Amino acid sequence: MKGNALMNRFLAMAFSGLALTASPALAQQEPLHIEITDGVIEPLPFAAPTFVDEGGAGDIAQAITRVVVADLQGTGLFAQIDPGAYISQVSGFDQPVAYADWKAINAQALIVGAVTNSGGQINVKFRLFDVFSDAEMGDGLQFGGGEGDWRRIAHKVADQIYSRITGEGPYFDSRVVFVAESGPKDARQKQLAIMDYDGAGVEYLTDASSIVLAPRFSAAGDRILYTSFESGAPQIKLMDLASRSSQSMGALQGNMTFAPRFSPDGDTVVFSLENGGNTDLYSMSLSSGQMVQLTNTPSIETAPSFSPDGSQIAFESDRSGNQQIYVMSVRGGEPARVSSGEGRYSTPVWSPRGDLVAFTKQNGGRFHIGVMRLDGSEERLLTASYLDEGPTWSPNGRVIMFTRQSPGASGSAQLFSVDISGRALKQVQTEGAASDPTWSPLLP
Amino acid sequence: MQKFSTIALLVSALALAACNNPDRAIGGAGGAGGTGGAGGITSGALGDPNDPNSVAYFNQKIGDTVRFVVDQSSLTPEGQATLSGQAQWLNAHAGATAIIEGHADEQGTSEYNLALGARRASAVQAYLISQGVDGARLKTVSYGKERPLAVCSEESCFSQNRRAVTVIGAGAGV
Repeated sequence: MKGNALMNRFLAMAFSGLALTASPALAQQEPLHIEITDGVIEPLPFAAPTFVDEGGAGDIAQAITRVVVADLQGTGLFAQIDPGAYISQVSGFDQPVAYADWKAINAQALIVGAVTNSGGQINVKFRLFDVFSDAEMGDGLQFGGGEGDWRRIAHKVADQIYSRITGEGPYFDSRVVFVAESGPKDARQKQLAIMDYDGAGVEYLTDASSIVLAPRFSAAGDRILYTSFESGAPQIKLMDLASRSSQSMGALQGNMTFAPRFSPDGDTVVFSLENGGNTDLYSMSLSSGQMVQLTNTPSIETAPSFSPDGSQIAFESDRSGNQQIYVMSVRGGEPARVSSGEGRYSTPVWSPRGDLVAFTKQNGGRFHIGVMRLDGSEERLLTASYLDEGPTWSPNGRVIMFTRQSPGASGSAQLFSVDISGRALKQVQTEGAASDPTWSPLLP
Repeated sequence: MQKFSTIALLVSALALAACNNPDRAIGGAGGAGGTGGAGGITSGALGDPNDPNSVAYFNQKIGDTVRFVVDQSSLTPEGQATLSGQAQWLNAHAGATAIIEGHADEQGTSEYNLALGARRASAVQAYLISQGVDGARLKTVSYGKERPLAVCSEESCFSQNRRAVTVIGAGAGV
């Protein structure tokens, strides 16, 4: 792992080293790095003094600092040092860094930022310092935008810091479409909504007049597929996010169709179609309308998901007697079974990195979200509860969001996220009950 | 992989669309207005449950609901007895149509439960057809785990939620 000092020192300090492939000599001055897939013992302590107001920024400077800190802390990999403990104050963006003062409070990383607001146009710049190397880590960067973009800009700053220290792709500047729920359990109302990945900025995409289920983003982030009961039976619909207009998928009207997902190129939709009580998988080209039946068995085939290269489809089938995960060619044909453990495996979702499949597992009256390799090896259960289901991947393939339903008459669904080592399990704050998240790609 | 005839899909689509009852459970009679094309809004009295010709009799005396074992869509002996009664009523009321709603308990994933509810509705439809009811009068829909009847998270509730309900259409002319 080629990295800078901060990266490797972090690795030395923070990880138990499950998969360190015998990294030698994790000495104090080794480059510092966080390996997401390892078990972290201690989050990396960092200091983030309130970004300097260089003119007109006012409360936005504080608000941006808070979002940057929340993004980093939310990963479970970083811990902010209480600003009350700071020995040095940062009053100017370009003032020399008092490394000794930051070392004295064991700040491994220091984030210095500044904000200007000129007539509603904001400019945010930041620098990241590797305190124990007495050096800046990467170059300073600045982002500009409208006042209303301050949250996105904060996410972009945090993304830069996260990526530099972990070596992973960014994911904070992303959105999630989900099902907002209200009303009693036996007459639940559901509507589609979109929000930032951290639950901020909720906007509703549909009203609550029909049950809606399982929205799925296109890889470009411009459209979503979902299932609606508007016609009286479950039917796949396609929404253009810019115009918020939805349409039914032409030839599919009237049959029960559900569990749609886009191909990576956005032209093909794979989905379940029920006919005479039996559910099989089909694909349909949005440009030509051509439909292909991919499975033809008396068992239930559903929850299909494309591989990132578009060549294969993972799905669940109960052909063996209970739900298990399989992989087949996008043209159909004989599938290979992936899951083999005890219990039922369902809702496979291919990681955007292509290395893992996330799934729901039901066993012994409990539900789990887990990940495994596509050959079924290295299964890891990340969660356990009365009812966890429906994983969706962060754009960098390192975090999974899912639905957790609590039991009982007053039980309700909430969104949770967890990273792929099972760390940083937390609820995503939403106004009301929420289910069925789908994570967008990283915003441009 | 077989190519699919979009025509065939459209035909069954139209047939189904003709007597849909959108999201029944949302807002009661919900959604009747503005749907269903040319037919307009229909209505029909439920009637007196002691009148064997009434929809209320069908719902309450014969029983509009059959239950299923966990993860199964095969009919129990009790379910078959109920459905035989439903078939007799439907055969005696040739103007009536029905939508058979399949449901699952919450102990399963959403997509699978939609498919399981469809299996259950289809099993009921097939049994009624075997008892002489014209299949063209029977539509099916699955609600998966979206519309539980009982809301606790115990088997006493789950057993009530694993069900198929035969809903006689309004304006059945009975």
